[in-house]
Amino acid sequence: MSKILININGKDYSAEPGKMVLDIAKEVGIYIPTLCHYEGIKPQGSCRICTCKIDGRNMTVCTTPATHRMVIETNTEELEKIRATIVELLFAEGNHFCPACERSGNCELQALAYRYKMMVPQFPYIFPAKDIDAKNPKIMIDHNRCILCKRCIRRKQEPENPSWFVFKDRGNKVQINLDHELTADFDDELAQKAMDTCPVGAIIRKEKGFDVPIGSRKYDKNPIGSDIENQGVTL
Amino acid sequence: MSKPIVATTSLAGCFGCHMSLLDIDERILDLIELVEFNKSPIDDIKTFTKQCDIGIIEGGCCNSENVHVLKEFRKNCKILVSVGECAIMGGLPAMRNNNAPISECLEEAYLNCVSVQANDEKIIPNDEELPMILDRVYPCHEIVKIDYFLPGCAPRADLIWNALVALVTGNEMDLPYEVIKFD
Amino acid sequence: MGDTQTRKSEFSNHEKCSCNCNDLSAILARYDNDPTRLMDILIEVQTQCGCVSDEAVKVIAKAINYSSVDVEQTLSFYHFLSQTPTGKYAVYLNDSAVAEMMGREEIAKTFEKEVGCKFGTVSEDGKIGLFNTSCIGMNDQEPSAIINQRVFTKLTKAKVAKIVNGMKNNLDIEDLIGTEVQSNILKQGPILTKDTEIGEAIKKAISMRPEDVIEEIRQSNLRGRGGAGFPTAMKWRFCREAVGEKHYVFCNADEGEPGTFKDRVILTERPQLLFAGMTIAGYAIGSDEGILYLRYEYKYMEEYLEEILSNMRKEGLLGNDVVGEKGFNFDIRIQFGGGAYICGEESALLESAEGKRGEPRDRPPFPVVKGYLQQPTAVNNVETLCSVAKIMHKGAKWYRSLGTFDSTGSKLISVSGDCEKPGVYEIEWGFSVNDVLKMVGAKDVQAVQVGGPSGNCVAPNEFERKLAYEDLSTGGSLIVIGKKRDLLKDIVLNFTEFFIEESCGSCVPCRAMTSQYKNKLEKIIRGNGVAEDIDQMLAWENVMISNRCGLGQTAANPILSTIKNFRELYEKKINKDTNFVSEFNLDAAVQESCKTANRIPNLGGAHE
Repeated sequence: MSKILININGKDYSAEPGKMVLDIAKEVGIYIPTLCHYEGIKPQGSCRICTCKIDGRNMTVCTTPATHRMVIETNTEELEKIRATIVELLFAEGNHFCPACERSGNCELQALAYRYKMMVPQFPYIFPAKDIDAKNPKIMIDHNRCILCKRCIRRKQEPENPSWFVFKDRGNKVQINLDHELTADFDDELAQKAMDTCPVGAIIRKEKGFDVPIGSRKYDKNPIGSDIENQGVTL
Repeated sequence: MSKPIVATTSLAGCFGCHMSLLDIDERILDLIELVEFNKSPIDDIKTFTKQCDIGIIEGGCCNSENVHVLKEFRKNCKILVSVGECAIMGGLPAMRNNNAPISECLEEAYLNCVSVQANDEKIIPNDEELPMILDRVYPCHEIVKIDYFLPGCAPRADLIWNALVALVTGNEMDLPYEVIKFD
Repeated sequence: MGDTQTRKSEFSNHEKCSCNCNDLSAILARYDNDPTRLMDILIEVQTQCGCVSDEAVKVIAKAINYSSVDVEQTLSFYHFLSQTPTGKYAVYLNDSAVAEMMGREEIAKTFEKEVGCKFGTVSEDGKIGLFNTSCIGMNDQEPSAIINQRVFTKLTKAKVAKIVNGMKNNLDIEDLIGTEVQSNILKQGPILTKDTEIGEAIKKAISMRPEDVIEEIRQSNLRGRGGAGFPTAMKWRFCREAVGEKHYVFCNADEGEPGTFKDRVILTERPQLLFAGMTIAGYAIGSDEGILYLRYEYKYMEEYLEEILSNMRKEGLLGNDVVGEKGFNFDIRIQFGGGAYICGEESALLESAEGKRGEPRDRPPFPVVKGYLQQPTAVNNVETLCSVAKIMHKGAKWYRSLGTFDSTGSKLISVSGDCEKPGVYEIEWGFSVNDVLKMVGAKDVQAVQVGGPSGNCVAPNEFERKLAYEDLSTGGSLIVIGKKRDLLKDIVLNFTEFFIEESCGSCVPCRAMTSQYKNKLEKIIRGNGVAEDIDQMLAWENVMISNRCGLGQTAANPILSTIKNFRELYEKKINKDTNFVSEFNLDAAVQESCKTANRIPNLGGAHE
């Protein structure tokens, strides 16, 4: 199929039609923050962090396929403010005690807070009552830390198979629910996969401690997205 | 010109943030040159003896005494800085906020816990002299106006240093990526 | 306003469903163990057992090859489906703003007193459950409640006492007191006027090529009546042109916008016209199946509507070879929702109809391309489809002669609140708010909520504005708010709580920000607000418009539109001389611990 032309932040790029704007931006070294997005699984656009101006409208680029002559702004002050506010909302909505979290330093939510230099959320902390589900022999689900991105739900092997992870309830009562019968024989590999899918420390492998010391973790020294921004590739 | 005056306190905290302040190593000598300390565990001055410029607050508020001290700081300091996760969001003490009402926490701690051995009279400490426990742990900025926030558990020494120097000299805060960490 | 927390409650004392939940085979067989019919299965189980217990979930999951949690995720989404018993009689009392205005609180208290349990719980004997619910489409006859799918309107203390007494004596739901839902059509316009012979309208359409039907609709300039105003012809053209194994016509009868009840009246008074509209839509887009997605609140109409459909089949107006046209087959089935405002959003509606949680989809693809079961689907509002039938009968030119240039035709509006004559009015587009207020006998008006909570709260200086897509757009709800009301507390707070209750929970800003808006509003109402609070609420608008669907994008409208139009109400309540007010109250904060430690709080002296 012939290439199309799209404009990102004032610069024209040729791109494959139908490819998600997020992926095109990434290829050309433009980082657009994401949280609910996970490489290789169907995007859902629920965190809204990747919201950009597409032809003047606020749209999530993880779910929007590129079309010819599309004009995209990814990093205006207004958009960055929206993203920072969403990060603050998530910190206020859950119980994110970073110092006590195994994922600290490797957590995408925390990394975005670092990127946006969040010193304190502008919102009062809700301190909702949340449980920890430790019934599964291999993994724990700490609902306090869950940001309800649905990555674990969407990372399903075969669509026709019964779901392991699902949502329950609605609105601000929504939470992740694990089918304990179907996951009773989870092995280490699946447990690791589930943990890796989670952007925060909500899915944690049991009987596994801190591998990497604080200071050497993924986002301790380099901001999230810097790998994309530093690649400097142009098509 | 007289030196800016700094006061510090640890409310419902672990003194880790104060330790981190001491972690500025030899720069502590520069700090002594730059500022004068008033009420602070560092110099053991127990009560405010004059109006201060900067109040550094470690820890959130879990009891009535914390609230009292925090309000004293607000009265006596021009600028208040919440330092560390506990001051900013309650931190580890606030893990009780979402789990159980305070009645349950007290009963667990003093009556029901397996390690409780000799409390036959089933007393939960209630001496008049003791501070009263709050229903939950409050971030400092929910109780008084806080002007600046320095996150971390504990905040990196460089963050505290950079921020203090900026406040004292009136320069912009230099906050490189490495110094803002929540753990 | 009931606490949103009490809507679904835990019943520790009734853990097991009292009936034999294993006996669900008949229900499951009726839907052929089809997971896409999970909504129907769950609704039938709920109706049969008064809840969908954990055992029932297991049985259903096994039959449709789902995991139990998967069944639970649909089940837990809908307000009228419950995992715990809701009582032999489940009372759902509307808690919308207008219900409150019409005296809901006293009715709620009477229910609690007579039944002997609080809202959000079931009586000890498990017989009567009391629950709050969002607007049930009876705003012109509040306070109203739904009990076992029957609607009881204009409740009084005496009526409640009689109802509760009847329930205690195990009376049949029909025998409690007469159920009387009134249509209250107070102004009849071109749509409601009974001058269209249904068969003629369908025949007229079928005598044309489908493309020409769409062209005729285009000529009429008909736009969607649900509120968004998308040109109907364009929707149909996209849908017709989309490739799929099968095309579907959906009628969106989820009428959940608080204060809207005109679709209920159409469904009651002119159902044939609607079904004819659906049939014409089916012909135009090339579909043989129409689905009426009807909100659970209108379950009481089921038998009535099924009878109408059955009669239309007998008359050859539905089924094979409609109106004798060889090869044109079209039939309609009713799909019920389970109590979720969000399902009025077309993609959420389709998700729900497929047996899933009513979460809006990402677009593109649009439903016209990939809709129900991933097939091209045209979703139209009840009123839109009725207009279609009229346009077919009387022509685009006639239709264009009504209304304004940009908003052709007529509009049914549902008027409620502080006025003498609440009810349904069919007006031509272009009427001003003042025209309407005069018509409905409204005096001493403080504000008019146009288009429901997601719409606009209009102040008297704008009452000359016109109801039209190009000015004040509305899906049909007009709530008159008198001067005696506390706008922020009685209306804005209620609407904001409504959006919190009805959010699907998928997008972060909708799920988390609306609660923060509520916190801020309450802080201001308590007199603890500062100027910055107002600025912050305005600044958050950019975050709200970044939500995926219309619910999320408009969830802050009650607050934003009143800050815009009634700013003085906010200004009056905030503290002008300070930029910080703490809501911390030491006295209150130490009560519980002192009580537990058996100690008298000592707030004086050293601690203060």
